[in-house]
Amino acid sequence: MKANMLTFTKQDSPIHRLTGATKLIIFVVWSVAAMITYDTRCLAVMLVFSLFPFILSKVKFRDYAFVLSLILLFFLLNQLAIFIFSPLEGVRIYGSRHDIVHLAGRYTLTWEQLFYQFNIALKYAVVLPMALLFLLTTDPSEFAASLNRLGVNYKIAYSVSLALRYIPDVQRDYENISFSAQARGIDISRKEKLSRRVKNIISILMPLILTSIERIDKISTAMELRGFGRKTKRTWYKTRPFSSQDYIALGLIALIAIASTVITFYDGSRFYNLFEPN
Amino acid sequence: MRSLGKQKVLSIKTIVAIGIGSALFVILGRFGSIPSGVPNTNIETTYALLALFALLYGPVAGLLIGLIGHTLKDAIFYGSPWFSWVIASGLVGLIIGLLTSRISIHDGEFGKRELIRFNLAQIAANAVAWFIVAPVLDILIYAEPANKVFTQGLIAGAANIVTVAIIGSLLAVAYAKTRTKQGSLSREA
Repeated sequence: MKANMLTFTKQDSPIHRLTGATKLIIFVVWSVAAMITYDTRCLAVMLVFSLFPFILSKVKFRDYAFVLSLILLFFLLNQLAIFIFSPLEGVRIYGSRHDIVHLAGRYTLTWEQLFYQFNIALKYAVVLPMALLFLLTTDPSEFAASLNRLGVNYKIAYSVSLALRYIPDVQRDYENISFSAQARGIDISRKEKLSRRVKNIISILMPLILTSIERIDKISTAMELRGFGRKTKRTWYKTRPFSSQDYIALGLIALIAIASTVITFYDGSRFYNLFEPN
Repeated sequence: MRSLGKQKVLSIKTIVAIGIGSALFVILGRFGSIPSGVPNTNIETTYALLALFALLYGPVAGLLIGLIGHTLKDAIFYGSPWFSWVIASGLVGLIIGLLTSRISIHDGEFGKRELIRFNLAQIAANAVAWFIVAPVLDILIYAEPANKVFTQGLIAGAANIVTVAIIGSLLAVAYAKTRTKQGSLSREA
């Protein structure tokens, strides 16, 4: 059960040197921009732009290879599901119909559907490099400071930082409890009857949750004793001032986001239509 | 602990509960789903945890554990957050927390009445979140086909309702048993 997750590794690159706040803003603006537009031209240009910082950052392929394969699998399943549930969604959106081949029953492959699903694929592909980059190059301790800088209440920022701090601990607890349960013959896999499986899961969850509640009591007492939350502001150990690079990066992102939104809504529709009405 | 409700919205205990609860949500969301026997439907134990924490620490904790936990889980293990479902998770925590705020489980009170109330709350919360909010947001944000997202929402919602009804209830009852009841001491003659 080795965790294959995206974690920060310390490296030196222009992307790593950007402050956490800058990267967070870029990630959020980028995701929103990609969410809004369905314009194929914008998405394609954004995809190209998103690959530059990726190369610049020198992140290693093996750091994200597993997650990437998981994403691709999920992504294929989703594409398949869209076609199974709604084979003519593209026809509905683009208002025309050009058949390629009739498969069976109500399933006909059309150019419109292919184009629509291609757009969905692009939409994921555009967000992905930025999301991966954000997670691989942002120090978790700096992350809380950047959330606070963006105006999130520092207490909530602190919760996020606690969550990131305790994910490895909780995972270790979960593994220990579940291994010792398995050693005693408590099985939660498909081999066990469903009713037993549920009972067995409880015997793993209960100690995990009780130790976590105990941990919550302990940490909150410690924080209370140190006077957490007395003041309306706080400073952060990991916070860094903005440099000129940060301003350049933010300016670029703002430009791209505005341009893509303007182009998308210029003709009054979220979708870019290639097809002539028939 | 009885003063939990009287304190500010974000007491230190709530802040810590949000942090640890989110970490639990992430781990259970990734490793704690077990096959239910129905194809493509898993028992997501993480929603039993969310319901329990909303019951224990209130609506704000429920909302933020759902939002933060689900965002982190998606981000760390799948690369990018699926925001429509993230919002739905937050909503589940919020609604359960609001509807169960009068159950004082910290005092070991979790009998038949509380059990029914807890389950009505979780059914309402899951129904709103998965049957309505998640699919509608899927359509608005990702422009996915309506029948696909409503089918997905229906399956996920039903699975979550059953999961919380069984595992969530059992966890709540077991937790209540670890607490000392108010007025449980009696004077010896």
